[in-house]
Amino acid sequence: MAGKKLGFYVFFIPVFLWLFLLIVVPHIELFLMSLRTEDWVGNTSWSLANYKNFFSEPIYWLTFVRTAIYSILVTCITAIIAFPVAFFITKVANPRFSGFLAVLLLMPFWVSELVRVYGWMILLRESGVINHFLLQLGLISKSVEMLYNDISMVMVLVYTSMLFMVVPLLSVLESLDDSLIEAAYDLGASSWTILTKIILPHSKPGLTSGAIVVFMLTLGNYLTPNLIGGKSSLWFTEQIYTQFIASFNWNQGAAFGFLLLALSSLIIWIGLKLTRQNLTKVVQ
Amino acid sequence: MKKVLVGVISILFLSVSLGWAQSTLKLLTWKGYAPKELVEKFEKQTGIKVEVTYSNNEEMIAKLRATRGGGFDLIQPSQDRIASVQAKYHIYQPLDYSKIKTENIIPSMLEAVKKNTLVQGKSYAVPFCWGTSGLIVNKKFAPEASDYTDLLNPKYKGRISYRLKRPTLIGLAFALGYNPFELYSNPQEYAKMMEKIGEKLIASKSLVKNYWTNGDALLELLRSKEVFVAMGWDGGGWKLHKENPDIDFVAPKSGALGWIDTFALPAKAKNVDAAYKWINFMLEPENAAYFTNKEGYFTASKGVEKFLLPEIKDNLTRSFSSADIDNIKWYPPVPAQIEAIEAKILDKVKAAR
Repeated sequence: MAGKKLGFYVFFIPVFLWLFLLIVVPHIELFLMSLRTEDWVGNTSWSLANYKNFFSEPIYWLTFVRTAIYSILVTCITAIIAFPVAFFITKVANPRFSGFLAVLLLMPFWVSELVRVYGWMILLRESGVINHFLLQLGLISKSVEMLYNDISMVMVLVYTSMLFMVVPLLSVLESLDDSLIEAAYDLGASSWTILTKIILPHSKPGLTSGAIVVFMLTLGNYLTPNLIGGKSSLWFTEQIYTQFIASFNWNQGAAFGFLLLALSSLIIWIGLKLTRQNLTKVVQ
Repeated sequence: MKKVLVGVISILFLSVSLGWAQSTLKLLTWKGYAPKELVEKFEKQTGIKVEVTYSNNEEMIAKLRATRGGGFDLIQPSQDRIASVQAKYHIYQPLDYSKIKTENIIPSMLEAVKKNTLVQGKSYAVPFCWGTSGLIVNKKFAPEASDYTDLLNPKYKGRISYRLKRPTLIGLAFALGYNPFELYSNPQEYAKMMEKIGEKLIASKSLVKNYWTNGDALLELLRSKEVFVAMGWDGGGWKLHKENPDIDFVAPKSGALGWIDTFALPAKAKNVDAAYKWINFMLEPENAAYFTNKEGYFTASKGVEKFLLPEIKDNLTRSFSSADIDNIKWYPPVPAQIEAIEAKILDKVKAAR
């Protein structure tokens, strides 16, 4: 009995300390900070002004809306690309190779995000690799700038989040019994009917959990919008950075951080409601 | 097996204890301010290990504010960013000038920095190096670019780059006929002026290729001829001039912006002695000259002349006439609220379509 208890504490204490000291405490401090405002001398007082600023200054909430819309777009594109890939690996490819294919997908993630983004910059820049080849082949007569626009930004964001969509899809598709598909064919169902009536409903939890991860990662991304998006890609995370670093206004930055948390949770909640799912099922 | 284990453990212990015995200097500075060769020389001379972290003004302040002045032994902010930050957040400790070999420092510069970093009767910094912000121009493609307004010139569409930070705003303010430094004491007028400059930047946003964020990225843009007119630091421009004579630093007509980067001690610095040693080491004429020869920035060290390479001396005379030197606008200490006004304008420019 005593041994059982000891075992419980051995596992419980690290988890508790980790959650409490590194997540709960800083969040409480940040939250309290967000409720205070500072005058020019440095005296602080309680107020909701930081939250009010977000809604009264169009530049702030417009940036958030922009960030959210782009994140949703990235999530959809990622899902559309990742689904066939996952389906191919689990159902079409020879099972002997499916593990190998999954590793191939993992490979780019062995280097850090920064390196991957710089890699894309070398490829896409005006004096970069792709331009060089297009010029050599005579397809274009003058180099074009492919960096610093929203299209390349979305492309790189999709690329960086692919894996987080493919992995949950792999696991749900693996659990789909092939005989269901065969039976449907035997009964004369078309491919479209099989996709919409069998495969998609079955993979819904994987799709949703993948979508949540990709959406949150994209919304909270800082590097890619900043480096690839360049001059006109103000991401909401960047505003938080500006508040903390450039304006020395930590209180405002903390309020933005909490708004990001609250609003993104709200978006996910709406998404779950619209697709009639609940979080506990998805997490399983 | 046991022997191997004992051996491994004793080696581990040995290295740990050696690590403790050797003192370290944690230096927070700008890229290029602690050249590897000088760090090695210092380590050999004093036995003190140097750990260097690279950053910029804003991040240095934020880092120290987060730790209330701890985590580093020595930092190198610009002289105009010290006084107001110290008054508000108390992240520095006053310098003991008797521990610094002031005979190695140009007296006028030392006095200026002491005066500008004075908070409640105590000074907080010594000068290390100085330079200016102005234009870096590829003269082959943009021979006429000569003032900050050329950053808004449609002639160079898509070939312009600048940093979306305060020097750009200040430079443009001078070029458009304002005197931003005089308006420091008048935040309302300052905000109005910045609003106008923000509008100008937004109106000509389509001309900019990209807002550069670090010095190396800017040099790469100029080197690859993707950008012809950029706002940047003189040292960077001169570095490129050595590689490609077409590219050079140009002191803008309305005045280059002069900055002085300093040494300051964080409030909770652990190894203050090592910090003073590093300050004295870096300001020794021979070492200061090594830094100037490598990075192109001039230092506050006296008597470096004889160690400088001839081409480094040429840089100054090539880019600055004596009138240009007199016209350098030196940053006065910046009051805190001014930076918040600028940050909002910069956000607006970045968000604009």
